[in-house]
Amino acid sequence: MDLVLPDFGLLFWTGLVFCSLLFLLAKFAWKPILSAVNERGNSIAEALELAEKTREEMKTLKAENDQILKVAKAERDEILKDAKQTSNAMIESAKEKSKEEAQKIVDAARDSIRSEKAAAMAELKTHVAAISLEIAEKVVRTELSSDEKQKALASNLASDINMN
Amino acid sequence: MKKALTYFIIALVFSVTSFAVMANDHKEESQEEKEFDVSEMIMHHVKDAHEWHLWGPEHGGTSIYLPVILKTDEGIETFSSSHLYHGELVHIGENHYYKGTGPAEGFAMFHEKIYELDEHGMLHFEDGHVHGNVKPMDFSITKNVTSLFIGSFLVFILMFSCARFYKKNGAVAPRGIAKFLEPLILFVQDDIAKANINEKKYKKFVPFLLTVFFFIWINNLLGLIPIFPGSANLTGNISVTFFLACLTLIIILVNGNKNYWGHIFAPPGVPKALLPIMIPIEIVGIFTKPFALMIRLFANITAGHIIILALISIIFINKNVAWGALSVPMALFISVLELLVAALQAYLFAMLSALFIGAAVEEAHH
Repeated sequence: MDLVLPDFGLLFWTGLVFCSLLFLLAKFAWKPILSAVNERGNSIAEALELAEKTREEMKTLKAENDQILKVAKAERDEILKDAKQTSNAMIESAKEKSKEEAQKIVDAARDSIRSEKAAAMAELKTHVAAISLEIAEKVVRTELSSDEKQKALASNLASDINMN
Repeated sequence: MKKALTYFIIALVFSVTSFAVMANDHKEESQEEKEFDVSEMIMHHVKDAHEWHLWGPEHGGTSIYLPVILKTDEGIETFSSSHLYHGELVHIGENHYYKGTGPAEGFAMFHEKIYELDEHGMLHFEDGHVHGNVKPMDFSITKNVTSLFIGSFLVFILMFSCARFYKKNGAVAPRGIAKFLEPLILFVQDDIAKANINEKKYKKFVPFLLTVFFFIWINNLLGLIPIFPGSANLTGNISVTFFLACLTLIIILVNGNKNYWGHIFAPPGVPKALLPIMIPIEIVGIFTKPFALMIRLFANITAGHIIILALISIIFINKNVAWGALSVPMALFISVLELLVAALQAYLFAMLSALFIGAAVEEAHH
């Protein structure tokens, strides 16, 4: 029967020991342990949150980068296109210009050729005239070596003049 | 696996032989004294004592004699219990008691209870109980009190060294003893306290629940060790479980809020006519919860001790060592089961305490 009846002495010692154990542990064990563990838990949670945030940031950053890259690519394409156009235009205009130049040169050459030709013609004419004069003189001298010939010539000339 | 099996067989052989030696000791003794009384032996081991019996026969074996502290009308008397155990063994009819000598003069011990002798130097019996003798208040450092000191010291040292680790290293990943204890501490905090008590209020009760859990667990385990500093049936003693259950009750009563008391004295949704029945039931309900806590721990741990002792007793009842081949493996099996029960009962006590506290501090949500 006394197995199931509380004994006052043991009850007293249990109370004393358990209450002091509770007090001592609360002060020297549970408080430091739980604060350390919970602090660590918080820091881990914070770290995880930070990692999540960073990942999110990385995501947006990547999207931004992609956007920038896209814009840059578009810009590059634009620039390339412009450059091509410009170069084409330049080539075109250069071609045009060179053509014009060439034309000019050709024209100038033609002009100079013409003038040269004219000059040459003139000179040639002068020469021809001189030569023909000489010839004519020689002819005239031979023609006029006798009277008969002089007369024939005179009549010949006269007929020529008339025909002209 | 093979290694484990070898260890198991070695342990088995050892335990069989050691119990066999014990059986032989007892056999010689019983031949010259009396028949082996199983229930007396078991009750003797399960109950508290003023000595810590180590080995040898019950009378004249090796024991640690613990201090006796008595509060009598004249004041406080202290002496070693050896003056009682080594005193005169007096037989009166079926009953026998120890008459103290030396400093224990004037006291007698009957079934581990100490009484003052009357003017004739006698104890008087009626139906096997002491009748008419003054029983002084017994504050002795008994076997259970010693075990209580050892167990509590162990819990404190364990937790203090764990706390020192965090003090020294700050909030880092645990190593050593902290690595072992931290999951348990967190388990009590998160799965026992936080899970059952209101989120905002649970912190206040965590130290109590942690202390209760580790106190019960470590003392349960100490009780499973068959020799000093173990073997005392501390957590299977009704005084201890009574005190622990009382603490839970006090915490519930002190922290019970308006909602809790409202459910007891004015249960919502109950017709007025039923209140005279409901209120007494609810009031009884306040006390049955800690009462169940008290009985559960007491009965489980005491039952474990009784089963192991009864299984070992098979050898002594049959007076044949060969029975050890049956009783020792069975006792070993129960011992392993008791390891589980030791943790389970500590968990249950803390868990149910948390549940009851949680119900007492819960806010109304209608």
